[in-house]
Amino acid sequence: MNTTLLRRPFAPRLRAFWSSDLVWSFRHSPVALTSFIFVCLLTICAIFAPLIAPHDPFNPATLNLMNGFTPPGTPNAFTGESFVLGTDDQGRDLFSTILFGMRISLFVGFSAVMLGMVIGITAGLVAGYKGGWTETIIMRIADVQLTFPAILVAMLIFGIAKGFTPVEYRDQMAIWVLILAIGLSDWVQFARVVRGATLVEKNKEYVQAARLVGRSGLAIMVRHILPNVLSPVLVIATISLALAIIAEATLSFLGVGAPPTQPSLGTLIRIGQGFLFSGEWWILFFPACTLLALALSVNLLGDWLRDALNPRLR
Amino acid sequence: MKLHYLPLAAALLATTTLGVNAETLRWARAGDSLTLDPHAQNEGPTSSLAHQIMEPLIMRDMTGAVVPALATDWGPSASDPNVWVFNLRKGVTFHDGATFDSEDVKFSLDRAMTPDSDYKELLASVVEVRAPSSHVIEIVTDGPNPTMANNLTNMFIMDKSWAEANNATKVQDYEGGENTFAATHANGTGPYVLSSREPDVKTVLTINKNYWGIDEFPMQVTEVIYTPIQNKATRVAALLSGEVDFIQDVPVQDLARVGDTDGLEVRTAPQNRVIFFGMNQGDADLKNDNVDGANPLADLRVRQAMSLAINRDAIKQVVMRGQSQPAGMISPPFVNGWNAEMDSSSMTDVGKAKSLMAEAGYGDGFSITLNCPNDRYINDEAICQASVGMLAQIGIKVNLDAKPKAQHFPLINTLETDFYMLGWGVPTYDSEYIFNFLVHSKGEKYGSWNGTRFGQADIDVKIEALASETDLPKRNAMINEIWQVVQDEQVYIPIHHQVLNWGMASNVKTIVAPDDAAKFKYFELN
Repeated sequence: MNTTLLRRPFAPRLRAFWSSDLVWSFRHSPVALTSFIFVCLLTICAIFAPLIAPHDPFNPATLNLMNGFTPPGTPNAFTGESFVLGTDDQGRDLFSTILFGMRISLFVGFSAVMLGMVIGITAGLVAGYKGGWTETIIMRIADVQLTFPAILVAMLIFGIAKGFTPVEYRDQMAIWVLILAIGLSDWVQFARVVRGATLVEKNKEYVQAARLVGRSGLAIMVRHILPNVLSPVLVIATISLALAIIAEATLSFLGVGAPPTQPSLGTLIRIGQGFLFSGEWWILFFPACTLLALALSVNLLGDWLRDALNPRLR
Repeated sequence: MKLHYLPLAAALLATTTLGVNAETLRWARAGDSLTLDPHAQNEGPTSSLAHQIMEPLIMRDMTGAVVPALATDWGPSASDPNVWVFNLRKGVTFHDGATFDSEDVKFSLDRAMTPDSDYKELLASVVEVRAPSSHVIEIVTDGPNPTMANNLTNMFIMDKSWAEANNATKVQDYEGGENTFAATHANGTGPYVLSSREPDVKTVLTINKNYWGIDEFPMQVTEVIYTPIQNKATRVAALLSGEVDFIQDVPVQDLARVGDTDGLEVRTAPQNRVIFFGMNQGDADLKNDNVDGANPLADLRVRQAMSLAINRDAIKQVVMRGQSQPAGMISPPFVNGWNAEMDSSSMTDVGKAKSLMAEAGYGDGFSITLNCPNDRYINDEAICQASVGMLAQIGIKVNLDAKPKAQHFPLINTLETDFYMLGWGVPTYDSEYIFNFLVHSKGEKYGSWNGTRFGQADIDVKIEALASETDLPKRNAMINEIWQVVQDEQVYIPIHHQVLNWGMASNVKTIVAPDDAAKFKYFELN
């Protein structure tokens, strides 16, 4: 069966991919393999959370306050109900809440990186290709933004955006505002890398040739330069994803992120932190472990990708 | 040691010796005083800080008993039943050295009666304040007012000349966001002098060496460093690590931990304070809901359904860990007019609540924003969050908007919230105080904390008449009638009466004041 498949016309390409440097390096890196499995597992859990989770933590009507503070695996003293990872202060099942919270964390992280990437690549390409005043203005804005810590910029954007949102929509809008805030705070990295690569590429012969043929600037940027600057972007995107997940958790931990009725991992950690002294460790411990596993595996994957794509390290 | 180091060493030695005599008390609680202007905000932590620096004519000591402060004795005038006479303490000076006399009292009381004042309700029956001589004050009321004196226990006295010199004769418009000299500076006659203040960060008080009662009270604390710490865990950690000596609000989940720690103690007492929700039942349409052209909260059945949906026992068991007493009326048990039957009238019945909602035409529910403080009452935000779940069970989708009290309270005063949490302590120990602020329709002299838009002309008349009713049984009957209306109309949704938990280093000796106002001149240290 397998052999027939491989004999088909695309087989050489698949085989070439399988034996390419990148995949070879991936197959032979235990760290990359493990973190890849972790990322896949957590992502699948997050995507299918409504099917896996035994409770719906975002529907306040289904909560029973009397279930609050149930320790993991022990039946509640009042209701007799039992929860795998225990419950938080509002009687929410922690396992379900973590699954749903991870969904928010991943969704916000992924969308924010996408937003940052689109803005950053556009700004970087334009700055690198056009040069002159355009470049100066774009890159100075980037430099100024880089002097502020990303989390401060995100908090500022979050605060302004929240001020413009009518009160009754704030809860629904909070997630989108988060994406906007984190996305706008990390486009600079993309812009700088893409601009650097564009500066190198635009003087190469294939670009000169395209220009001589009379292609427009936009076409040259998108069709010719962009594909050649993408590999460093991929590395930054992966590392940015880990940073964006942590940024979301930080904002929620500070109480300015996801609303308390729709907790993300950061919100759960903030809630749990209040009960550390009183011995209800599980409210903080499990969400923190999940956040750690998620951020660490994405980060390690990014590290591996950076090394694998760097010709000097081979 | 080289010779030129000697002065430095001497200086060092001097500071260490001084350190032995200076007894510093490091004090923390969740929130800061909102303003130093003594008449701008009638709020617990605000008057609590003010009591260290300024003084009223008469005050409550740590047990809650009325004791003389700037007045030495007082009573109704023998010749005119409408007049109260106060003999003022002699030889008292303000912190800046100015002499205290009746002009300052007249100025302060007149100031507290202006529209921006948050204490005007307490002086609503006052017609005139007279200063017949330098140390006598006469307060004229519109009819005999038997409870007049009790209204003055938080009515702080300012120095007239200081206020005039610093452009502070007008009360700060707190809700309007005004900032005045008196909001950030203070010149009182009290036991402690304000030596530095950074709002929400740190306030330092030092002992007033010229205080009139320096020999009368323990006065063992010579310096107070007040740091608001909003985060519960951080606050407890500060006490456990010895960074602070006294916290006024030990989180209920940490009582055992603090009590079991060597060198620390928790002292507990029921507080003269009730926690409740207010609802906008007067406006034709609400700003913060999803129902167009109608106000669901104007329907009595909806208000009753909301009260029936709240499971007060669950809040007590889980959120408060047993440290509260479920309430059925918005009056603490300490207060004259409190009624055991009314206070136990709250029930939880989700089925009945649902049918009431359906009867009112809101069977499918509606959504509304709940405004809640997050640094004022014990577990305020957690109570609100738990209520979100309970109200969801009868179809009301609640968006929770939890904010620090400095942003939360103005929403109530300026009528920008439709559904809010509030707590009420009663310094006069009489229902009239509750009615004046919370039940009387909002106007010039009354109702400044009534965010419900509730108001009935005949109730207003009855409330105003309470001040001059000298026949006690008749007065109590009137109080009961007013309470009956408040209960029948479900003007508020009572939640519970708070229990105070003060945590302190074992060397700090004090009893827990039921009004939650720690007065450091009574504190002993050993």
